[in-house]
Amino acid sequence: MATAVDKDGEVRGVRRGDALASWIGRRPVAAFIIAAAILVVVWLVLAPWPAELEELFGRKRLFINALFNGITLGGLYFLVASGFTLIFGLMRNVNLAHGSLYLFGGYIGYDTAEWTGSWLLSYVVAFVCCAIIGAAMQVLIFRRMEGQDLRQTLVTLGLSVVFSDLMVWVWGGNAFQITTPDYLAGPVPTPIVVAVKSSGEAVFLQYPRVRLVIFVAAVLIGIGMWLALNRTRIGVMIRAGVDDRDMLSILGYRVQLVFVLVFAFGAGLAGMAGIVGGTFQSISLGEDSHFLLASLQVVIVGGMGSIPGAALGALIIGLSEQFGLVYFQNYATVLTFLIMVLVLALRPQGLLGKG
Amino acid sequence: MALSQATDQPPVGIGGARQGTALTRWASRHPAILLLGLLLVFLPAVASDFVLDQIVGWALILGMIALSLMFLAGYGGMVSLAQMTVAGVAGYMITVLGASSLPSISLFWPWWVAAPLAIVIAVAFGTLAGALSARTEGIYTIMITLAIAAAFFNLTLQNWSIFNGFNGFTTIPAPIVFGINWKAPVPLYYLILFFAALSYAAVVYVSRAPFGLVLQGVRDNPRRMEAIGYNVTAHRIAAYTFASLIAAVGGILMVWLNNQISPGSVGIEATIDLLVIAVVGGLGHPIGAFIGAIIFVILRTFALDALVAVGLDGRRFQTIIGLGFLVIVLFSPDGVIGLWRRWSARAHGGRNGR
Repeated sequence: MATAVDKDGEVRGVRRGDALASWIGRRPVAAFIIAAAILVVVWLVLAPWPAELEELFGRKRLFINALFNGITLGGLYFLVASGFTLIFGLMRNVNLAHGSLYLFGGYIGYDTAEWTGSWLLSYVVAFVCCAIIGAAMQVLIFRRMEGQDLRQTLVTLGLSVVFSDLMVWVWGGNAFQITTPDYLAGPVPTPIVVAVKSSGEAVFLQYPRVRLVIFVAAVLIGIGMWLALNRTRIGVMIRAGVDDRDMLSILGYRVQLVFVLVFAFGAGLAGMAGIVGGTFQSISLGEDSHFLLASLQVVIVGGMGSIPGAALGALIIGLSEQFGLVYFQNYATVLTFLIMVLVLALRPQGLLGKG
Repeated sequence: MALSQATDQPPVGIGGARQGTALTRWASRHPAILLLGLLLVFLPAVASDFVLDQIVGWALILGMIALSLMFLAGYGGMVSLAQMTVAGVAGYMITVLGASSLPSISLFWPWWVAAPLAIVIAVAFGTLAGALSARTEGIYTIMITLAIAAAFFNLTLQNWSIFNGFNGFTTIPAPIVFGINWKAPVPLYYLILFFAALSYAAVVYVSRAPFGLVLQGVRDNPRRMEAIGYNVTAHRIAAYTFASLIAAVGGILMVWLNNQISPGSVGIEATIDLLVIAVVGGLGHPIGAFIGAIIFVILRTFALDALVAVGLDGRRFQTIIGLGFLVIVLFSPDGVIGLWRRWSARAHGGRNGR
């Protein structure tokens, strides 16, 4: 294996700076292009746009909004896809009912928020409910067909059909919007200039506070997961299980327990993401397949079974969807699709997937 | 996926000289298929137009598209969820290139240009989808093809300049050839029956031809086939091309039968329904696709009334389908065909038993 050295280095915790330096050394051209792209984006965000640029690309406000919406949508996609990718990485189970868990979490969260008036409590309730369903699925069904990944996938598909129909039964076809709590409602001013008035006065971007807060929360959850995976005992077990679960169970670890925990956690995360989605956009019929698809794309682009891959993939897919909506309305999905095709053609295992 | 094949059947009589005797021998060995064939051919004499087109015709079309999935999954080990999309591409292309109620989009080319071109485009699309997913294995195929299917669905929904967005197309005429309007119920039924039988025979033939045998080898052990010297990826992609041809023809017939196409025709639900059909019927034999399709269509047509009749909510049809699918996957992974094989093995005192 050509990459053995890299993997060892990673496992032994060589500082990230060194890894970055060695990567730049190996890929100077790619590093230069990425650095230049970052600089261009920073300039596009911070500088007021000259008139020619506005003529070419439309108003700066559009661009900045697409950028912010894309990044925050990426945060939401990360919440959904990280559970999906963990479950896949550990159990080789493509959980096609993941979108249903997302939708269920959203509905449960909406009901809880309406009943108790507490937005934060709804997260707890949605997490617990979805985690219980996830654990039940693992214990009652998937445990009995271990190693038959096609059959497991078909079962999740059947479950998603039943779940989505039952949810139509209970919650009907209406769209629900979860109300943002007062302390997060309204826009927050940012120091980014979107336009300059004729009087020379600068107009600053106002952005919904709740989206920024949720994005920060998603980043914190991501960092928390990374730390849990890399610094705790259970994290070591999970990573070992991703690499070779037979070996892990031979060594006497309780693999089944790890499976149930990971499934419950991933499902709970999807449920919490449902509330985020219900606050950002709305919760309605068909959102389950939308978010299942988003998870698939994120995981295909980012790399299967990798948490940093899910983060990168979520950012790319979120941005491409939002920019597509603004700049190529008729062909927005084609942009996302082309990114996926490109990744599959060049790196079938995904950008950060293990080869 | 080790799906067993019935290998005790001789090849269908395709040889030239002794075709007559081969045919009679084949007929005496397979009375059920002969009977079914006769029944289907003479069905228009007894059945109403509704039964003819909306039930049997629709089931045959769904069966054709499911057959393309069965071919990939059963013989190639590649569960592609993009086959409904391939059919949809062909269906959309025949309306865009041919005629519809929307002169602003449709080009109104004659059918003998539009239909072959639509098939070529759809087959190219299916081959491309295959090329994308053929380099990965097993479970990844489902994910990638599902993502492709969803991308096309979203495209049809968002795009108004080619796909006419949410509304899609209606009033799609079928050609008038030899003075026959192929849109009329009985000619359309025979057209569908002809192509369904043709694709069934083609799949049975290919599965026993060298290409099909290599494909089954690839399914069972790709590394060994690679070591022997076969190009595994090329065989997989070629399988997608062949399957897409069947799906594309099915897609055009689908549009002629339904007289409309819209994003719903290629949606996630339609994609999943197709997989349900193929799995419920059984991936072990080509006939499974058609068995699954007829069960599905009958359920879809009559479940509402049946559910209401026993005092349940008729709208819970999808739950019934999902639960039925789960039962099959959990208890009889080789579908209805597997049930039937086990039953007949027991009836014959284990003659066919493994």
